[in-house]
Amino acid sequence: MASSPSSQAPLTWAVNISVIFLVVLWLFPTLGLFVSSFRTADQITASGWWASLTSSEQIIQLRTGGRDAAKEVDGVFVVEGNILTDGDEAPGQLEISAFGVSSRAVDAYKIGDTAEFNKGKTFTLNADGSYKLTSPDKLRKRGQRVFVTAVLPPSFSTENYGTILFSGTGQDNMAKAFFNTLTVTIPATIIPILIAAFAAYALAWMEFPGRALLIAAVVGLLVVPLQLALIPLLQLHNNVGIGKGYLGVWLAHTGFGLPLAIYLLRNYMVGLPRDIIENAKVDGATDFQIFTKIILPLSFPALASFAIFQFLWTWNDLLVAKVFLIDSTGQTTVMTNQIVELLGTRGGNWEILATAAFISIAVPLVVFFMLQRYLVRGLLAGSVKGG
Amino acid sequence: MSELKLTGIKKSYGSTEVMHGIDLDINEGEFVVFVGPSGCGKSTLLRMIAGLESISGGELQINGVKVNDYPPSQRGIAMVFQSYALYPHMTVYDNMAFGMRIAKASKEEIEERVQNAANILQLGPYLDRLPKALSGGQRQRVAIGRAICRDPKVFLFDEPLSNLDAALRVATRIEIAKLKESMPSTTMIYVTHDQVEAMTLADRIVVLSAGYLEQVGSPIELYERPANLFVAQFIGSPAMNIVTATVETAGAKTKVKLAGGGAATVPIKSDKEQKGAKVHLGFRPEDMTVASGKDALVEGVITLVEALGEVTNLYVEVAGSDDPIVAKVPGTYDVKRGDRIALNADADKMHLFNEEGRSFLYL
Ligand SMILES: Nc1ncnc2c1ncn2[C@@H]1O[C@H](COP(=O)(O)OP(=O)(O)O)[C@@H](O)[C@H]1O
Ligand SMILES: [Mg+2]
Repeated sequence: MASSPSSQAPLTWAVNISVIFLVVLWLFPTLGLFVSSFRTADQITASGWWASLTSSEQIIQLRTGGRDAAKEVDGVFVVEGNILTDGDEAPGQLEISAFGVSSRAVDAYKIGDTAEFNKGKTFTLNADGSYKLTSPDKLRKRGQRVFVTAVLPPSFSTENYGTILFSGTGQDNMAKAFFNTLTVTIPATIIPILIAAFAAYALAWMEFPGRALLIAAVVGLLVVPLQLALIPLLQLHNNVGIGKGYLGVWLAHTGFGLPLAIYLLRNYMVGLPRDIIENAKVDGATDFQIFTKIILPLSFPALASFAIFQFLWTWNDLLVAKVFLIDSTGQTTVMTNQIVELLGTRGGNWEILATAAFISIAVPLVVFFMLQRYLVRGLLAGSVKGG
Repeated sequence: MSELKLTGIKKSYGSTEVMHGIDLDINEGEFVVFVGPSGCGKSTLLRMIAGLESISGGELQINGVKVNDYPPSQRGIAMVFQSYALYPHMTVYDNMAFGMRIAKASKEEIEERVQNAANILQLGPYLDRLPKALSGGQRQRVAIGRAICRDPKVFLFDEPLSNLDAALRVATRIEIAKLKESMPSTTMIYVTHDQVEAMTLADRIVVLSAGYLEQVGSPIELYERPANLFVAQFIGSPAMNIVTATVETAGAKTKVKLAGGGAATVPIKSDKEQKGAKVHLGFRPEDMTVASGKDALVEGVITLVEALGEVTNLYVEVAGSDDPIVAKVPGTYDVKRGDRIALNADADKMHLFNEEGRSFLYL
């Protein structure tokens, strides 16, 4: 196929633009979830996650010293100090631009100005946070409330993760569900790969009667909807005594994953050069040796890409887990199920939900980035002509 | 004793038969080349000998033992594939050691045989490389080295050079010839569609066509005494000229009259009954000369001149023949397209074939 450079350029552009579009589409929610999971509930309600990445101007409420800090000078009570650094709840040095002494006009005065209010009180605030409060009357025990417009640097905390993973009580604590999910997912990924790799080799390279029919059956099973088999399978599990539990969910995930696994792996394996396999036969290798020493290493990209698929859907699965695993004790709940429950109990606490959601996507992200190069890498380069 | 004996070997895929009964004896230490046009069944025959393809009929013996049902590894063969078929995930060393490791050979023996093969093929510096880090020629040498390591009684090559560029092909061809010389008792069977490879390498050539064995013989025998029209036209380049003719006088010498006019007396015996029969007269381009007088064998208009320096090929349209007659005259020859020319051929080197295409020499 000869395509001229001029017709290729727009195509390349179209491909690049779609790729960028997809990346952005995927990246933004993920990043948003990630950032939100490090913010407090107040921060989440005050501004969007993108605003938290840069310094932002915010109005904070501070207090001067009270009656105890005041000195009496010439019949006037004077309090002096630094509003940014004194006291337990002081925010530390900040860039400040305006202040106010009433909640009705929070930025009424410029820094350095003196505010006069409330029966002869005055308040002066300087850029470094030092202030002077004077009052003809005795001050109250608590100090004067001051509103300061300040530029706050980004601020994040891992408090949410603490809540979700370690300290949280009852339904907030996802640690157990996290390990339950791992317990479901890892065997549910490995078992079908093992079975499917053997089956795929046989269907691709071993001659036996009925092979074509078996392949057709596998393709047929690809389109059987999972829901169709849930109830009969559960009944079967109950009848043979497996009941609800990890074994049941592993079997179900394996069963539902196998058709795709066999189909993908077989298609990959038939594509391996026949000459290599025949040469191994001439070299005296048995079918099992050909499988383990030649086919498996060469099929690694296919195994890895199927592993990603299977891992992702079993990790994100709720339906199969609910049917085959989760019982009334709640001891075997998985993360997807727990997040559903969190939506009910903590529906308003976005910070908790964001953190829970991010924990549940973190592992798939790591798995994907670790294995993604096998999705694109061809191991065959150099073995046969043109490869 | 014959090392390899094929008796009535047949191959069918489903109901289509692609090999129609091949009989062939191959002696120990012989270099035999299977040659024929693409799709004629060379690879199929070789793969049946290797055990990679089941034999549908007939018998294959190696050293007097029927091996029809032996797996490839027990036939004492090694095969070199056109595509090299190196294991891509293994280094050159591991590629060559694979078969011995399967056979559970000792470490020392593996080391010794791999080093030996590497020395023969100058692969020493590449033993730790993966196939993808080698050039085409090096890959093919690794494939040959891997075959040497198996220390086979019979080497099988399936078009081993056809993926290489022209210069490398010649160099590797010479290397294979040397390899054969260094292993005089090893039998080699080599498949190619390239007659130059066949002529230069073979002790004996087996010409195949459409699943039939056409002729077996030494390169010169096939060139000088082709058994039929197919072999006559397949061996030699440009191909032999064939014109139709009628037998005028039969006897120890045969006089024929060409459809286009000329006549020739060929020193080939013919029977009385053949008088008046239609025959095919063959003469090679290199046996032709430009004629001066009226006694020319053929005469016609030049349609194409190929000046190669060393020789000049003249394509001449003559009456009574659909294909142009090709003449190969030495050196440069000063003619143009459209010129008329008369040509003669050496009667001693002419060939006669009957209507079915069989040579008079073998009737
Ligand atoms: N697996 C197959 N099924 C059916 N026909 C085949 C098969 N393999 C080869 N053939 C046929 O057998 C004939 C010989 O093929 P092959 O031995 O590969 O030819 P070549 O001389 O080019 O090596 C061809 O006509 C081909 O179409
Ligand atoms: Mg072939």
